[in-house]
Amino acid sequence: MYEGAVQDLIDELGRLPGVGPKSAQRIAFHLLSAESTDVSRLVAALTRVQQEVRFCVTCYNVAEAEQCRICRDPRRTDDVLCVVEEPKDVVAIERTREFRGRYHVLGGAISPIDGVGPDDLRVKELMTRLMNGAVTELIIATDPNLEGEATAAYLARLVSPMGLAVSRLASGLPVGGDLEYADEVTLGRAFEGRRRIDA
Amino acid sequence: MSTTPKALYRDEGIVLRTQKLGEADRIVTVLTRRHGKVRAVAKGVRRTKSKFGSRLEPFSHVDLQFYTGRNLDIVNQAESIRSYGNDVVDDYPCYTAGTAVLETADRLTSEEKEPSLRLFLLVVGALRALAERTHPAGLVLDAFLLRAMSVAGWEPALTDCARCAEPGPHRHFSVPAGGTVCPACRPTGSAMPNPVTVELLDALLTGEWERAEASQGTNRREASGLVAALLQWHLERGLRSLPLVDRSESAVPRREASPA
Ligand SMILES: [Zn+2]
Ligand SMILES: [Zn+2]
Repeated sequence: MYEGAVQDLIDELGRLPGVGPKSAQRIAFHLLSAESTDVSRLVAALTRVQQEVRFCVTCYNVAEAEQCRICRDPRRTDDVLCVVEEPKDVVAIERTREFRGRYHVLGGAISPIDGVGPDDLRVKELMTRLMNGAVTELIIATDPNLEGEATAAYLARLVSPMGLAVSRLASGLPVGGDLEYADEVTLGRAFEGRRRIDA
Repeated sequence: MSTTPKALYRDEGIVLRTQKLGEADRIVTVLTRRHGKVRAVAKGVRRTKSKFGSRLEPFSHVDLQFYTGRNLDIVNQAESIRSYGNDVVDDYPCYTAGTAVLETADRLTSEEKEPSLRLFLLVVGALRALAERTHPAGLVLDAFLLRAMSVAGWEPALTDCARCAEPGPHRHFSVPAGGTVCPACRPTGSAMPNPVTVELLDALLTGEWERAEASQGTNRREASGLVAALLQWHLERGLRSLPLVDRSESAVPRREASPA
């Protein structure tokens, strides 16, 4: 244990996802010995995030205005909607430059064991968005794990009466991996998600 | 602990749940065939190149080798026997029922490493039935819950009186008393479920599937309510997943049983 302020900082850092007690200590002492202008920039960034960043009223991505940058962009198409769990997934998909439609951020995945059901996510908001008929294709890009797959199955069933084209991102083998080292579940999913090769 | 802190042991089991630990590890809770519930650390399992891959996800039936550790044991090797997860997540009613099966198994095994072969076999049976869509998911879950309570020593009385064993059938049903009760024993506040519902509970407990599947929606709903109330009575805290179970009919049609 350290004295007051230092220990408080270590405790706060230790609450962050992925930061264990050792890393919290390391970061705290890094900040203690860093240039004061560097620390001030970090403080300012944190304050700005807290005061200025909110969730987009349309898609629930992080936004600095009423609507996020993507929802405001007139060059993007309204007929394809991509459903993701978290704002960081929007960033990941944007990096691919493959997708020109809009997003909907659920705010997590269905996980009954943690008490998280559809009502705890922005599912109703998704249904409201789909009601106006502008969207004709729905891409479900939830995580390729149990909760993500279950959430995808739930959404697919929910929207099936609406007659949309619904697809799920293919998941499976990591690029650069060897087939023989893939486990059965991953290999199985890769088979399910296989694509036709047009020759 | 033991005199050989690095002892190896091997067992098969069903992964009930996983929790993140540190940067890349997970604690996996496994209901094993011979060692009861085991909580063990799977090191590096969250890295994409982990040797465990996705074998240690909930719903997986795995063959495991453990090191006994000072605090938690360590998973050393994992081979997949069968993964029910892929088949269960396809269908939301199946998935939510399956999650309730796993949570119940976790909650009913308070002592770690206390052998619970009967519960293990019940869990495997329930997951197989869900994955193969052998019976409606809601009925599979309620049959599992009734039998799991029975294994735990809480088998509900469904014909004779729960208190005095007066031969039934009896009209009244008391959750605190543990099932059907005779007019003399019945506590105030006892319910009067439809006799057909009590027959459905009996069919589920004894595995008479033809009788159970012939039941109507109203009786199924009433039966689920009674099963949930009985379970809630015995567990200190309610199950988190049980209120989230989707009781609607499965969208995916029944599958042919796999030859394996
Ligand atoms: Zn937006
Ligand atoms: Zn009696």
